[in-house]
Amino acid sequence: MDKKKVIVIGGGIAGMESSSFLAAMLYDVTILEKSDKLGGHLNNWERLFPTMRLGKEVLDYLSQGVNNKVEVVCNAEINQIEKKGKNFKLTLADGRTFDAGAILVATGYDIFDARKKEEYGYKIYDNVITSADLEMMFSEGKEIRLADGRTPKRIGFVHCVGSRDEKVGNAYCSKVCCVTAVKQSVEIKNHIPQSEVFCFYMDMRMFGMHFEFMYKEAQEKYGVNFIRGRLSEACENMDGSIVVKVEDTLAGRPLRMSLDLLVLMVGFVPSAGSNEVGKMLGLHLGPNKFFKTMDQHTLTNVSNVEGVFYAGACTAPKTITNTITDARAAAATVASYLNEHPICKRMI
Amino acid sequence: MIDFGYNLNKDRQIDFDVNNRKIAQYVKKNEPTFSVCISCGTCTATCSAAQFTDFNFRKLMILINRGETLKLKNEISKCMLCGKCFLACPRNVNTRNIILNIKKAVDLL
Repeated sequence: MDKKKVIVIGGGIAGMESSSFLAAMLYDVTILEKSDKLGGHLNNWERLFPTMRLGKEVLDYLSQGVNNKVEVVCNAEINQIEKKGKNFKLTLADGRTFDAGAILVATGYDIFDARKKEEYGYKIYDNVITSADLEMMFSEGKEIRLADGRTPKRIGFVHCVGSRDEKVGNAYCSKVCCVTAVKQSVEIKNHIPQSEVFCFYMDMRMFGMHFEFMYKEAQEKYGVNFIRGRLSEACENMDGSIVVKVEDTLAGRPLRMSLDLLVLMVGFVPSAGSNEVGKMLGLHLGPNKFFKTMDQHTLTNVSNVEGVFYAGACTAPKTITNTITDARAAAATVASYLNEHPICKRMI
Repeated sequence: MIDFGYNLNKDRQIDFDVNNRKIAQYVKKNEPTFSVCISCGTCTATCSAAQFTDFNFRKLMILINRGETLKLKNEISKCMLCGKCFLACPRNVNTRNIILNIKKAVDLL
């Protein structure tokens, strides 16, 4: 076994942080990133819950760890992965090959394609956008405007789009969308103080540190309205505004409302890259179609293939905080495996 | 006798010690998806009957589950069995089969 070399597939948050820690433990690390730069989804996110810190600050922090000890290969398209004994050989589309004693899969997630919820009208009605689109508007520093250039007066956020929905095949909760809706509704109120903001939710899953505080602040300081009910459909008025139908389940009555802008809180799905790498390596998938770890409590970074490990959101939706923690745990797991230390041979 | 206008109010509590949950048990047995409702209200939001009457499928399921089953026959007669709720439900609850089974249960039990 090549005891010093690790290939990390994916250069997002998980790939960057695990590489940093592996490099700090004196391993030779190569990141294979399919896009043209590191950072993954974090490149597209302006501010982060619950502190409202700029995503760029976290990205800069992660970048400091990926120093000259880490080899970064961008625009990498993996064609083949072979396992010979305990070693791996990866071949890229351009013919380059890489050898390693361990592979760390950090292929992350893709954002749910909101067009699959046709009844919400994404890409059909001009004033239906996704949380990712809204974040892009924030990033670009533009004023929040409707398709016709007017400033929206009434904005709605729909939670659980593509999550907790068996009709699109995703039964799981994506974890971050509830708090992202709270964050973005506060940001909308900061951009357009006179606007009315409504969040349509099934359950408010404020599990993280300070999330509940942020939720209360959204109510108390920003006057964001929360309506418990899941949208059945959205349709467009002549003037381009959006009519939503929902049951206000706390009032126990159907409710209709015209909104200028409808924001769909899109969830996580396993990435296309995960599916490709998973097939090449023969990795098992869990019921949510993310990679299945060998044990839910204890072997959280371990795959069904010896020498292949996981970091980050390729195993389940995760917050940035959880992803960073998971990446460091993955680095420790890989290191103990390459050192053939007995702790990595424990089974449950 | 002077009528002071006092009277005894009926108990409004959902009384699990008194309520009969046979209908819920019957429906669950014949249509197990009855159990997986999370009360999101999508069924009622899309329901044509709910727009014009006080029919509320989500609430109906809750009440049956709690054993509050008075006037059930009249309630379910408001459903037109169009099936929009079944299409919209994120938990894949077979709403139409539930209505049919409530009908059967009301007749049987």
